[in-house]
Amino acid sequence: MDFLNPVINGFAVVLEPTNLLYCLVGVVIGMLIGVLPGLGPAATIAILLPLTYNVEPVTAIIMLAGIFYGAQYGGTITSVLLRLPGEASSVVTVFDGYQMARQGKAGTALGLASIGSFVGGTASIIGLTFLAPIVASFALDFGAPEYSALALLGILLVATISSGAKTKALIAAALGLLLATVGRDVFTGESRFTFGSLELADGIDFVPIAMGIFGLGEILYNLEERHRAAKAPSKVANVWPSRSDLKQAAGSIGRGSILGFFLGILPGGGATISSMASYAMEKKRAKQPERFGKGAPEGVAGPETANNAAATSSFIPLLTLGIPANATMALMFGALLIQGVTPGPQLVEENPDLFWGVVNSMYIGNILLLIMSLPLVGLFVKILRVRAAILAPVTALITLLGAYTINNSMFDVTLVVVFGVIGYLMKKFGFEPGPLVLAFVLGSLLESSLRRSLLVFGGDPTGFFGRPISATLLAVFVLVAVLPGIRSLLAKRRAAAVAEPGTVQIKEKV
Amino acid sequence: MIPVKPTPAVPAVPDGDLDDLTPEQLAAQWEEEKPPAAGALANAASSLVVLGVGVGAVILSLAMGLGTPAAPQPGLWPFMISCVMVALGLFQLVIGRHNRDAEKFTRMSTAPLTGLVTLALMVALMPTIGFELPALALCIVWMRFLGSETWRSTLVVSAVVVGAFYGLFVLALNTSIPHLF
Repeated sequence: MDFLNPVINGFAVVLEPTNLLYCLVGVVIGMLIGVLPGLGPAATIAILLPLTYNVEPVTAIIMLAGIFYGAQYGGTITSVLLRLPGEASSVVTVFDGYQMARQGKAGTALGLASIGSFVGGTASIIGLTFLAPIVASFALDFGAPEYSALALLGILLVATISSGAKTKALIAAALGLLLATVGRDVFTGESRFTFGSLELADGIDFVPIAMGIFGLGEILYNLEERHRAAKAPSKVANVWPSRSDLKQAAGSIGRGSILGFFLGILPGGGATISSMASYAMEKKRAKQPERFGKGAPEGVAGPETANNAAATSSFIPLLTLGIPANATMALMFGALLIQGVTPGPQLVEENPDLFWGVVNSMYIGNILLLIMSLPLVGLFVKILRVRAAILAPVTALITLLGAYTINNSMFDVTLVVVFGVIGYLMKKFGFEPGPLVLAFVLGSLLESSLRRSLLVFGGDPTGFFGRPISATLLAVFVLVAVLPGIRSLLAKRRAAAVAEPGTVQIKEKV
Repeated sequence: MIPVKPTPAVPAVPDGDLDDLTPEQLAAQWEEEKPPAAGALANAASSLVVLGVGVGAVILSLAMGLGTPAAPQPGLWPFMISCVMVALGLFQLVIGRHNRDAEKFTRMSTAPLTGLVTLALMVALMPTIGFELPALALCIVWMRFLGSETWRSTLVVSAVVVGAFYGLFVLALNTSIPHLF
């Protein structure tokens, strides 16, 4: 068990009082912002990014883990109490969670959700602890061609799995790649798309883009009142689930953990798919499936466990390959880059302290989440009762002033507003903002590895197919790109006679 | 995040009936509550904007020089992306014109516009007169006019919020945010 030594050393770092304190602050603030209706985890993390500046890297990462878990849980609270899912992955929680709240069991629902989240998250981190080094060692052989193929595939998968129109998601991704080229060309040093602006010469920072598109864009979008009128219950009692509730939910928590872990590794909407799969599985397994949708505890515990397990295991592709699997991971990627940590296969070998610091901070974030969420539920209910009209300007100001503090520059604030408008318009016109941010984050990696591999191949693009791994990845890329087109063509032919069943798509809140 | 308006979101369904909605009904109800979809014109307009950006980027990349795959100039990679973008834009213009995923701009869309104006003003004024007064104005506009709060609560809460931000960013964190006082 030699390889566990760095793991244990990592704990020593994480357990320092300062780090614990920052993690605690992260969890609480993450929940506070995440609980605001309409702001999902990605928006929450984006708005809070400036907090992690000017803090030591390890501490900042630990704080980020706290924010990450807090933001995830914030969405659950609004699902249960307001019937407002913060993000696509807690949509199914609404079905039974809100019903439980109507029956006066909101506390039980939230308690089960946080216990489930804790179990699922922790199981996933344990899985990650063992799996990540293996994947990383496999990926150490990856060269520039493999990375180009992997980055391309990652962007394509996120674009095609997103909930909106595929073409629009791909357009957003292309725009993200284009934005990533602004600034100095790494190879020749020439300026690109800077239009003579000195501020743009070093390229656009990731943070103003994320804060604008996810944060301010979402705030502007929410100003256009269209939320379902919802009123939070004034008091939530019995947060601690009873023994019989726990017993009833234990099986679904166990199944959700495993399901979520494996689905979460896949790129794209891991957390969303796994929460839905878990709900479907629990309903199928139940002796009285008719209880579902009427406040079945398993219907909350299962999906909430699965989505947290998936959210955690989606760190595996990020930390071992350096490829974020979804929009939230793209934010974590950007946040880690700011701290000087480049996620990728070398991280485990070259920087074990940081790698295990990141992983272990998740254990702590998860535990703190469990400890904080139950006693603080009352506080969140109070926040939910503060009128949205008051919360909106406060969040907007936090975003603007926070953006200023990153580099003490007004230019960043301007960028945030500009990207806020872009984000708002994108949502209005049905373009998912997630692929843009993800593609932006991967843009420079993609370009440099593409150009490097073309140099190696002497300018011959068929060289990509001469290497087994890059060839496989590209084959999958082509398959993913072409398959939906073929499928919809076939479906159209078949559905000519049969009326298409109405599918329901819920706009994803990021 | 939204102003609370007296109109109930689901006038058709009395509150008591909400209890009995199945997940499917709930989802269908959400679907109904979605804002009206924009027509073909909006879809065409967004595709044209994409095309415009794509074509512009193609021209600029050509100006930077393409080079060859083996010896690329700075423009090659942006050129490739912008070509993809033009292709996607054309595809969207033709195939996606009947998509229903864009939202119509309604009377309510003036709220984000107003919000944007206050944000832009704040960005413009902050370097000269500090953040306090623009932030106060922003709070007042958002709470009173976008959120229909009463004047009393607007003024009290705005003052408290700006005071809290002053305390946090100027006194406690000692950041260099431009401030008047």
